[in-house]
Amino acid sequence: MKLEGDAVCLGADIDTDVIIAGRYLRTKDRKIWVEHVFEDLDPSLGSRLRGAVIVAGNNFGCGSSREQAAVALKEAGLVAIVAPSFSRIFFRNAINIGLPVVEGDCHCTSGDHVVVDLDEWTVTCGGTRVPVRPLSARMQELLRAGGLVHHWRSKKP
Amino acid sequence: MSTLSERVLGAGAGDYVDANVDRAYVHDGTGVLTLEAWKEMGCPGPAHPERLYILFDHIVPANNSTTAMLQRELRVFARSHGIHFSDIGGGVCHQLMGEGEVLPGEVVVGADSHSCTLGAFGAFATGVGATDMAAVWASGETWFRVPETIAVRLSGSFNGAAEAKDLALAVISKLGMDGASYKALEYIGEGTKLLSMEGRLTIANLATEAGAKTGLFYADDVTREYLLRFGHRVENQVPEPCTYVGEVRIDIGDLEPVVAVPPRVDTVKPVSSLEGLQLDQVFVGTCTNGRFEDLQRFSSIVKGKKVKVRTIVVPSSAEVLRKAADTGVLSSIIAAGCTIGTPGCGPCLGAHMGVISEGEVCLSTANRNFTNRMGIGGSIYLASVATAAASALAGVLTVPELVP
Ligand code: SF4
Repeated sequence: MKLEGDAVCLGADIDTDVIIAGRYLRTKDRKIWVEHVFEDLDPSLGSRLRGAVIVAGNNFGCGSSREQAAVALKEAGLVAIVAPSFSRIFFRNAINIGLPVVEGDCHCTSGDHVVVDLDEWTVTCGGTRVPVRPLSARMQELLRAGGLVHHWRSKKP
Repeated sequence: MSTLSERVLGAGAGDYVDANVDRAYVHDGTGVLTLEAWKEMGCPGPAHPERLYILFDHIVPANNSTTAMLQRELRVFARSHGIHFSDIGGGVCHQLMGEGEVLPGEVVVGADSHSCTLGAFGAFATGVGATDMAAVWASGETWFRVPETIAVRLSGSFNGAAEAKDLALAVISKLGMDGASYKALEYIGEGTKLLSMEGRLTIANLATEAGAKTGLFYADDVTREYLLRFGHRVENQVPEPCTYVGEVRIDIGDLEPVVAVPPRVDTVKPVSSLEGLQLDQVFVGTCTNGRFEDLQRFSSIVKGKKVKVRTIVVPSSAEVLRKAADTGVLSSIIAAGCTIGTPGCGPCLGAHMGVISEGEVCLSTANRNFTNRMGIGGSIYLASVATAAASALAGVLTVPELVP
C-alpha cells in the first residue's frame, strides 16, 4: 500500500495537549476536535492537514493518552505521520483508529511531495528515499482492517 | 533471570504477549471515548466487570450540562454492568487504584498516561488509549511488546530539603523527555529502601514524562506494610540478576530542590537559580503530589503563617481529605489562607477550574508544564511540595528549608 500527500513539517516533542487542548475534550463531537486541532501551535495548520503527511521530529504525540489527538488528525484528513520516534500510547492509538504512523527519519520542507510505501517500508520525500521501520505483524493486521474496532468486528463469530 | 517487567509479563524483552489484565480503569475523560469504541464493537457485556473501574476525577463536579450528560452515561453504564465506580469527589484514578486495589505482580492498564504510577507496587502498569481499553473491557486481555528496561540505581537518602519529586525530576533531566521511550524504568539499589510508598508513587508517576512505558519498584517491606493497612498480605519481590539496556545513577543525598521550567518537563534547574521568580498561583495536588504525606508536609511549613499568593490545594482522594481533616492538617492549610478543591485532578489539566490567565505563572506540584496546559498564555513551573509551600509563603519562587 502506498500513501501520498504533501508534507507538513513539524518539530520534535509535539505533545497531545498541542494537538488537541484539554479544554476541547468534553464532547463526543469529532468536528470540534477537527476545528481546534493544533490551535495552540498554529491555528492555520488544521486546514492544511487534508491529504497531507506530517513529517515530524522525535517523540511525536508525547504527553496525555487522549485518543482524541489521533482521532482529530485522522478526521482532519491526514494521510499518515512519519517521525523518528513516537510516544508509545499515541502510536498505538493511531494504529487502533486506522491512522498510519511509521518510524523513520526523513528530512524535507513543508509542501514537498511525500510517498509512504507500506510494502517496501520506505518514505520518499524531497527527492530522497529512506527506509522506515516496518510495523509489527500485529499492527499491520490492525491497520489493514482499518483499526481495532473493525478488526474486532471482523473476528466475531 | 528477568527484569521485573519480564517476570510479570512472563516473556523476554522484545517479545509480544497477550496478557490477562488484572485491573483496568478509565476516568470521566477517557471513559467517554472508551464507551463509544465499546458500543461500536457491539459486545453484549464486559468479559470481567469485577476487574474494571470507572473513576471520576478530571472534571468534578461537572462544570456544564454537556459534561454532566457524558458523566451520566458512564455512571449508568458502570452501575448496569457491575463495574467498580467512584463518583465525583472520590479522588484521582491513580490514587484510588493505589489505595489497596493494585497488588504486586499484577498487570494493570489505565486509560491515562500516568497509569505507570501503580508500578510503585511492583505491578506492570501502563497507560492505553480508549480503543485499546474498549478491547480490554470486551476480552479481559490486551497485547504488549515486553519492554527493555533502564535501571535507575538509587543510593543514599534525603539529607536536605529535597523530596521524592526532586528525585523524579532529576531522573527525567538525566534521561530527557523521550530518553526511555518504549522502555520500562526499574528503580533499584539501597536508596529505594528508605523511600515511603507515597514517595515511590510520586517517582513512578513521572516515569511517563521520560517516555517510559512504566516505572517499577520491587515490592519490599515498605510495600508489604502499606498494603497490610488495606488488608492485603503480599510477598516481597526479590530482584534477580538481569539485563538492563541502560543505567542512571542517583545519590539521593546529593539532590537539591529543583523546578521543571516550561514548556518541558526535562528542563530541570535548581530552585536556587530561579529564586525570586514572581508567582501568580500555587497549586498543590494531583496524582503526583496530592497524597496525605504531601498535604502533611505542606501544612507543616505553612502552619501559623499566611500565604502571599493565591494557593489552591486539592487532596488526591476523599480518604486523603478525611485524614487531613482528622489530623488538623486541613485546618492549618485553610488557616494559612489556601483554598481547598474537590478531591480529583483539579486545575492540573486546565479544563474547568484554577485556570491561569495569559502572562500568569503557576508553581505546581503536578507532572506537566506543557504550553497552555493550565490556561492559554500562562506558564507552569513544576516543583516539590516543600518548594510550593515555601514559595506560597513568599509569593515568589523560594528554596525550601529542611522540614522539621
Ligand atoms: S491529576 Fe493531572 S496528571 Fe494526574 S490524572 Fe489528573 S489530569 Fe492527569
